Amino acid sequence: MQAAGLTKQVLSGDSPLTILHDVSFAVEAGDSLAIVGASGSGKSTLLGLLAGLDVPTSGSVSLNGADIFAQDEDSRARLRGELAGFVFQSFQLLPALNALENVMLPLELAGVSDARQRAEASLQQVGLTARAHHLPKHLSGGEQQRVALARAFVSQPKILFADEPTGNLDAATGAQVIDLMLELNRAQGTTLILVTHDDKLAARCKRQLRLAAGEVVQ
Amino acid sequence: MNLLRLSLNLLRRDWRAGEWRVLLLALVLAVGSLATVGLFADRVRQALQEQAQSLIGADLRITSTRPFSSDYRQQALARGMQVVQSRTFPSMVSHGERVLLSELQAVERGYPLRGKIEIDDGELHVAEAIPASGTVWVDERLLRRLGLEVGGEVGIGARRFEVAARIVKDIDQSIGFASFAPRVLMNEQDLAETGLLQEGSRLSYRLMIAGEAKQVAALKVALQAKLSGNEKLEDVRDARPEIRTALERAESFLGLAALTAAILAGAAMALAARRFVLRHLDGCAVMRCLGAQQGQVLWLFLNQFILLGLIAVLLGSLLGYGTQALLVESIASMRDANLPQPSVLPLLQASVSGFALLLGFAFLPLLQLRKVSPLRVLRRELGAPEASGWLVYGVATLVLASLFLWHAGSLKLGLAVLGGLLAGLMLFGWLAWLLLHGLARNAYFMRSQWRHAFNNLSRHGRSAAVQVVALSLGGMALLVLTLVRGDLLQGWQNKLPPETPNRFVVNIQHDQIDAIRDFFKRQLLAAPEMQPMVRGRLVEIDGRAISGDDYLDPRARGLVEREFNLSYMVQMPSWNALVSGQWWAEDGKGELSVEEGIAKTLGIKLGDSLTYDVAGSRFTAKVTNLRKVEWDSMKVNFFVISTPELLQDFPSSYLSSFYLPPDKVQAGDELSREFPNLLLIDTGAVIAQVRGIMDQIAQTVSAVFLFTLLTGLAVLYAALLSTQDERSHEAAILRTLGADSRYLRRLHLSEFAVLGGLSGLFAAGGAVLLGWVLARFVLEIPANFDPLIWLVGIGGGIVIVMLSGWLATRKLIQRPPLRILAAD
Repeated sequence: MQAAGLTKQVLSGDSPLTILHDVSFAVEAGDSLAIVGASGSGKSTLLGLLAGLDVPTSGSVSLNGADIFAQDEDSRARLRGELAGFVFQSFQLLPALNALENVMLPLELAGVSDARQRAEASLQQVGLTARAHHLPKHLSGGEQQRVALARAFVSQPKILFADEPTGNLDAATGAQVIDLMLELNRAQGTTLILVTHDDKLAARCKRQLRLAAGEVVQ
Repeated sequence: MNLLRLSLNLLRRDWRAGEWRVLLLALVLAVGSLATVGLFADRVRQALQEQAQSLIGADLRITSTRPFSSDYRQQALARGMQVVQSRTFPSMVSHGERVLLSELQAVERGYPLRGKIEIDDGELHVAEAIPASGTVWVDERLLRRLGLEVGGEVGIGARRFEVAARIVKDIDQSIGFASFAPRVLMNEQDLAETGLLQEGSRLSYRLMIAGEAKQVAALKVALQAKLSGNEKLEDVRDARPEIRTALERAESFLGLAALTAAILAGAAMALAARRFVLRHLDGCAVMRCLGAQQGQVLWLFLNQFILLGLIAVLLGSLLGYGTQALLVESIASMRDANLPQPSVLPLLQASVSGFALLLGFAFLPLLQLRKVSPLRVLRRELGAPEASGWLVYGVATLVLASLFLWHAGSLKLGLAVLGGLLAGLMLFGWLAWLLLHGLARNAYFMRSQWRHAFNNLSRHGRSAAVQVVALSLGGMALLVLTLVRGDLLQGWQNKLPPETPNRFVVNIQHDQIDAIRDFFKRQLLAAPEMQPMVRGRLVEIDGRAISGDDYLDPRARGLVEREFNLSYMVQMPSWNALVSGQWWAEDGKGELSVEEGIAKTLGIKLGDSLTYDVAGSRFTAKVTNLRKVEWDSMKVNFFVISTPELLQDFPSSYLSSFYLPPDKVQAGDELSREFPNLLLIDTGAVIAQVRGIMDQIAQTVSAVFLFTLLTGLAVLYAALLSTQDERSHEAAILRTLGADSRYLRRLHLSEFAVLGGLSGLFAAGGAVLLGWVLARFVLEIPANFDPLIWLVGIGGGIVIVMLSGWLATRKLIQRPPLRILAAD
């Protein structure tokens, strides 16, 4: 993955506000990159652009050599479905679906036929087989994030985007979730792009990218 | 396939979480109410159709004073239809010394084609043939007046006949002023032997035709082009205009009542859909993030919607079928009438309407879900994508408009109601927004919770306005149900008061007027008003000669080619109403008053000069006013009335209508005996039928409004639910900041009081307006409503919204704030 000259401006009242300014870097397949910085430094905005969830004011992101912003939103969605997995701070499980169904969701959207078996296997990997039929509201925060991990890895993504995955968890639970995530990452050879403000967590990634006021400082 | 399973799964889960409850309930009620009215009206219409068919004894009837060309019969036979002919003429019937002018009808084998004649020939039964040669069937009036019994003999012309049966239930009567005389039914074979068929006999020929509906319609078109001026084609629709008018009014009224339920359901669905959208933003963003394309998201919801629609339509149809069956069973006169089973068509109509409502009010708003930005997974502050307002409201309006036009049956009425409704909704919404903002700005001197309440409502201006509009709609329906409905139905039934005239008298001569007044006095009856009648033909409009060929409309042709009844008077009849122009002064001269319907048919405008030919001499006069005539008032009415000097020197007869109480029926016979030239027509049966329809409708309306009431409550529920999430979140924050539950309760109650008061005010305004439209355009009665409606509207609004709001938010206040904030 290669980011070149990524800039994002939004209108704040009448004047433009620059959230990201000219960010460029490259990540090799199988690498892990931590994006760190204080609150409001533009970490989440950068992650959103890298994952193709938002479009930049200028600049490009290419994946396997192809510019993702040259495509329309539906094509980017298809690309996300094929290549990317996500883990969020607020878990983002669908409240109406149980754990198993949440894990099946990306497979079903992609039209995979053995979604159930694969989802069950993935839940087993995160140690939640017994909770497969529980709704998210009946699971603890750590369990919800493990379901989210199972969902992220079930489609064997090439890239995993993680946004403050431990932000809503206590230290002990957070550490367990991170161990699990990094282990799955290694096992599947996934490229990891992790946003965090926790330097200790960032240190467990191969490379770090530090942002301050929308610019790369390190 | 996976997507279908996924959407079913989502539907099942959302259903369990109660997300679809309001939507489904509203839709079931809408379909149920439309189906109830549709099925019910269909059964009554079918029953009336059967009755009307038996009134003319066929599907089509051609009457003429001359023999028909054989072409008519052949055309019908060539289409595989049934044909019989009969000849009718007035003749004296004798028995001993007594003689009575009667209406004889000679019929062929196969008569009647439609309906059944009931006779009593010693036992009561349905006649299976026509009278055998040498015998006649006569009606009760003839037996009574000739002092005759079944089995006796009567003389008709040169022959004697045996009276073989008494006619108990007759059919194929003339429509209008001819069915005055006692009836005698005889076999066509015997007619020649009576010697009554001579040159100059006043014979009326009837050709009766029956077949399938399509054949009838095609033949009617084919024959209409060939009819000559003295031939008249009638189908069942021409029979009994009074009953048809009553039924049409009833259908419009019921249709609008059902549509009110449908609109309310639409409002409830729109509110429910709005809440659904807000609650599913995150889920959609996650799906988009996980690779779902817009089309897939759309497909997911489409599946859910179609399934939900199918369930609702099925339940609604069952509900409608059950309700109308219960209704018919619970109304004695309908149960006894043995109504035909309803057709499937009304159910299909209700189902299509249900899907249209779902599309217009719920599906389009949900469409915006597919546009949710996937970025929302990272940045929750991103709100719902802006729906294309014009598209959503445009489609909802279009759906409503089509439903109105479809169900109200009248373009004018449908547009009036719809236009009024939309204008009202926009006005309500705008006023609510304005008032809330104004009040919030001036709330600084108020107590803290009031100030906070106004600020809250003003900050959520749009959703508060939507709530007020929805609550106003619900309240309006409730007020119409409770206060306006009684006034409306009462007003309608008052159109036919107990002493509505049930007899028409025709052919009164000028020199009999005093004697007739005297007769009524002797019988202790109020003397009726007698109106003069002169027969004349319209020959010129504004100096331009006219003929039947100038008009395409067959009714207009008939009016121009035949003479019709004119009258003259000084005062306008009290049961007519002036539409335009001025009624003439007491000494007015050379002026004409024309009924607005016929003026439109013939293209006559205010100020035109009309020239009439009366008995060979002509006169010309100016149209100075147009009148509206209530044809279902059972009173004497005229198309054209002139100032007295124009017509009073022409030969005229008089006609009148009066009420004969049941215990004075004999007086009618005596009147006929004393003045044998009078034609006395009994309209009691028609009045009874119109009253019957009114009674049945009054009871049906109650049931239909019950649906409206339920949908009104669904709106209330949906409106409260629609802001519950916001309220819950705000309550949690306030509690964290130290607000106690007493403060929160007061805050919520203040908000609900403001919402309820505003909604009640608008609801009362809307109810008065809707009632006025129903009174003025549907029932055509004056609109008078109890001013109490405003008090009940506003007071009731405050109390009901506060109470239900308190019930709905009571638990919110007690929930620990952290759980709510964490869940958010």
